[in-house]
Amino acid sequence: MLGLILLSVALLCASALAAVLVGRSDRAALSIGTVGASLSCALGATVALAALLRGEQSSLKATWPLPVGELHVALDPLSSFFLVCVFLVSGLSAFYGGGYLGAHAGKRRLAPALFYFNLLVASMAVVTVARDGILFLIAWEAMSFSSFFLVTFESEREDARRAGMTYLMASQLGVIFLFVLFALLGRGSGTYDFDTLGAASGPAAGLANVCFLLALVGFGTKAGFWPVHIWLPDAHPAAPSHVSALMSGVMIKMGIYGLLRTLAFLGPPPVWWGALLIAVGAVSGLAGVLHALAQHDLKRLLAYHSVENIGIVTLGIGLGLLGQSQGNTTVAFLGFAGGLLHVLNHGLFKGLLFQGAGSVLHGAGTRDIESLGGLYRRMPITASTFLVGSVAICGLPPLNGFVSEWLIYIGAFRGAATLPTGWAIWAIVAVPALALIGGLAAACFVKAFGVVFLGEPRTEAAAKAHEARKAMRAPMLLGALLCLAIGLWPAGAVRIVAPAAAFLGNMSGPIPDAGPLTAITRVGIVLLALVGLLGAARLVLLRGRKVSRAATWGCSYAAPSPRMQYTAASFAQPILALFAPVIHSRVDRQGPDGFFPAEARYEEHLGDMAGERLLLPATRRVVRALSRVHAIQQGRLQLYLVYIAVTLVVLLVWQLSGTGR
Amino acid sequence: MLDLIVHAALLLAVPPLLLGVINKTKAWFAGRLGPPLLQPYRDVWKLLRKGAVYSRSTTWVFRAGPIVSLAAVLCAGLVLPLAANRSPLGFSGDVIVFAYLLGLGRFFTMAAALDTGSSFEGMGASREAAFSALAEPALFLSMAILCVPARSVTFEDAFGALPWTTWGFEHPTYLAAALSLFAVLLAENSRIPVDDPNTHLELTMVHEVMVLDHGGPDFGFVLYGSAVKLFVIGALLVHILLPIPAGGGWRAIALLCGGEIGVAMFIGVVESIMARLRLPRVPQFLVGAAVLASIGLAALFYRGAP
Amino acid sequence: MTGYADFLLLVVVALSLSIVATSRLTSCVRASALQGVALSLLPLALWGRALDRHMLPVVVMSLGTLAVKGVVIPLLLSRAIREANVRREAEPFISLHFSLLIAAALVGFSFWLGTVLVLPRSAPTPLLVPIAFATLLVGFLVLVVRRKAVTQVVGYLMLENGIFIFGQTLVEEIPFAVELGILLDLLVGVFVMGIAINHISREFEHIDTEWLSALRD
Repeated sequence: MLGLILLSVALLCASALAAVLVGRSDRAALSIGTVGASLSCALGATVALAALLRGEQSSLKATWPLPVGELHVALDPLSSFFLVCVFLVSGLSAFYGGGYLGAHAGKRRLAPALFYFNLLVASMAVVTVARDGILFLIAWEAMSFSSFFLVTFESEREDARRAGMTYLMASQLGVIFLFVLFALLGRGSGTYDFDTLGAASGPAAGLANVCFLLALVGFGTKAGFWPVHIWLPDAHPAAPSHVSALMSGVMIKMGIYGLLRTLAFLGPPPVWWGALLIAVGAVSGLAGVLHALAQHDLKRLLAYHSVENIGIVTLGIGLGLLGQSQGNTTVAFLGFAGGLLHVLNHGLFKGLLFQGAGSVLHGAGTRDIESLGGLYRRMPITASTFLVGSVAICGLPPLNGFVSEWLIYIGAFRGAATLPTGWAIWAIVAVPALALIGGLAAACFVKAFGVVFLGEPRTEAAAKAHEARKAMRAPMLLGALLCLAIGLWPAGAVRIVAPAAAFLGNMSGPIPDAGPLTAITRVGIVLLALVGLLGAARLVLLRGRKVSRAATWGCSYAAPSPRMQYTAASFAQPILALFAPVIHSRVDRQGPDGFFPAEARYEEHLGDMAGERLLLPATRRVVRALSRVHAIQQGRLQLYLVYIAVTLVVLLVWQLSGTGR
Repeated sequence: MLDLIVHAALLLAVPPLLLGVINKTKAWFAGRLGPPLLQPYRDVWKLLRKGAVYSRSTTWVFRAGPIVSLAAVLCAGLVLPLAANRSPLGFSGDVIVFAYLLGLGRFFTMAAALDTGSSFEGMGASREAAFSALAEPALFLSMAILCVPARSVTFEDAFGALPWTTWGFEHPTYLAAALSLFAVLLAENSRIPVDDPNTHLELTMVHEVMVLDHGGPDFGFVLYGSAVKLFVIGALLVHILLPIPAGGGWRAIALLCGGEIGVAMFIGVVESIMARLRLPRVPQFLVGAAVLASIGLAALFYRGAP
Repeated sequence: MTGYADFLLLVVVALSLSIVATSRLTSCVRASALQGVALSLLPLALWGRALDRHMLPVVVMSLGTLAVKGVVIPLLLSRAIREANVRREAEPFISLHFSLLIAAALVGFSFWLGTVLVLPRSAPTPLLVPIAFATLLVGFLVLVVRRKAVTQVVGYLMLENGIFIFGQTLVEEIPFAVELGILLDLLVGVFVMGIAINHISREFEHIDTEWLSALRD
């Protein structure tokens, strides 16, 4: 099994290289890259699923020419689960990218995009199976760099370049924390091998706390916790849509994976870790969804929703940790299972949504919601799959988002009932947080879906939009089907998640029973049956009756126009006004004045609150404090040489006088 | 089997009566005779026999809106126990399903509203989105007050654990839950003080305006669906307030129907004596309900109930 | 044959000081060339006891050093000087006399270092370590106080020479291939620097490194 996984990784790298070698011809590069990626991902996903269901744990060790570390890879339930997520979503994205990049064929060379895409998927797979600190970090850096090059694919655009630089800086800052983490862990045991790090009873308590915080920040930067998420809303829109789907769907989950893996070898968790994660999750979720409500760039909106969903995942994991620290296996299992299933679900529906956004961009030429509208008639398949994705991301039955949120809710309720009072409060905090996040997410997606696809087109471009190509439609349909399948068969989904959740909680007992899950299936089927029944009833009722079409009622207004429709900004305004103390948008308005007003204008922009209120002022203060040290940088070559010479001489003299004659 | 039939009969037959009761109560308060009690049934029947006119701007989402929301609300009614403590679709964890089914209905109603491309519906949808986002935490917190002492997430167990012998001032937490839930009921069913179901002025509408373009059978479904939603959330409230026997039977059915009619009359009274809140105040109202519920929950933990 | 080795080492020191003392670029380059020649003879003087098979690497090394440091690099530098059309060094940061004094002080300092430094095995001649340090430090000094890029390359060469001399104490540890590699490195480095100087002078019509400070943040 492990060998087959490595084979898929090798196939990915090989197809990446092959795509570069035939780089002259865009078509050839595109086909080789896409086919290679799709096939390897299909292979990898099936193998990983089989390994997960069989509970396989195998490992492989080899030495390599570097002076530290070794090539140690292994499969265990956690890795297998994340491999399933990685390969599944990457395969769908690669398939989609095959069609999407075709539209870029004339403007620039495609080979680098395919090379870096396949490399990205390969490095993510290696991250999940790596069991040596050095190998892990190498794969992590490869992941960061290949995604950087993908984000700056359209390098002639200013915003893409800036987004890429922000992304690179943020990920490198996060990696510094990881370096420190591994250095601390490795210093104690002398090796960076995960098995030795985990086999011991865990480092001393103080060290474990420091390591946890380092991992939280380091991996959290990649995952997109608030407030270190600021690279996300810039980078995900700037990248090509299939890459955004991949980054939002899987790459940020690598941060979650890293955090979970670190938890696995930090030993038994103290209770406040779980509480901290619940707090981080709730704040990220709320901040993410509130920022999303204020966006009018479709992809930026989706990027903020990724922050929100990572918050939900963290909420689940925090709940699981809370249960684990109190020895409460039910809560631990439910929390971890909910969090992990949400990882998979989010990969699926976020990938679906980004692909839909890509199709909209491809068909209508713009990402600005306010200039779209009425796209349903022009792009029915895209619209339908986007609807499925929207309903799924709001966590509504009978789709998959509901199942993972259900698991987290049940875990929270059970935790509130069974944990000691002080910590039960943290468990119960998750409930209204999740409810509010869900309500706001529903508001945001009604806005996004409604303003983009429903109603009347607001501009020429929207009126002339065209449907996505076949190669782009197929993965979207597949994704939608998977969302529905998981939603209607939660028992199967939990069966996939259970080994990984049990592994995380160090649980060895049987998995809590699946009775309620089949009941969810029953509810879903009854719901669909009722919908069908009512639809049929209406058909019967309307038969033989007059059914006509007319214009939308406009209060007898003689000349209704598409501009009279509700805009996205208007839709979100009541909610944003409610949260005004925390969300400050810049409003630019020019009201109508005079008796016969000719024009009026209203524009609202929201920057990132964490960036503007927290990180930027802090950075400015640090830069100002350090500017005094700036004086040593004169720009003179000779001065720098003097610095070097003096340092060397001082060191030499110090060393010699210290050791004596 | 009998339980299922009884449950279905209650769910399908009783709801429009509640609308009639509310209208009668309001009329009585205003010194009028008011429409007959069974008028809503006639309204729905009339609408179902009409033809339909669809806007040219709409797609199948508009046609699906009333159907999905009615189906969701009926499903929620099947999940919630009515005249007994069991329900046809009840299971461990059904409280969450209940809340989210209502959310599904709301999503499609809002989407259908945006489908018409009209500013009226957009306005209604926007307000509905804001208010329901705030009502959700209140709903969940009230359910938490029910579920935490029962150490369960099933309606069946939660209702079974309600202590009837010492209700009242001994258990202010349940009172808090009931009040909070009543506020959610008013919000979800577009009653004063959150929304005015009678006027059709765009300034005051939330739910009414969202369904402005529906007509014929669709509007029949909408009307019936709103009645069922009132019934369902009312049933939740009644279960908290009245000691409905767990096993079912005639006493249970009588108590449920009586309780529902009582709730409807109370709504009628509230609608008659209060005016609609100014729009910026509605969120405060809902947040207040949520805060009330959270205070109840905190009291629960403080007393060491779990 | 330590006598010859000592003689060569003293020649090297004298040439280093002369590079510091002169301000004419051509004489700098010529002095550096002579230094290279002296250094190429150094291994033979130190290790050339008997002419046998073991001597082959040493001889090849000497010939290589002679070719590269004595011929090729000076030629490259002369060409750079000709194309850049400079004759004299501009006024350095520190006056010539003062820099000569500092160079002398540095030589004295390196002799002190030579006595203090403890090596794993004793050098073939006691002068080796001090002169190595001296050449190194004087090379550093030239890099620091001179302005023109060509003189800086000469300073860099002196740095390398100092390291080469020091390497003679460890000649058994350093494999032959590494020595050759270092030589190649040096050649390529100077080649690139020469090209860079040409381009800089063509673009800016001077090779004054003072102006690099305009690039600072």
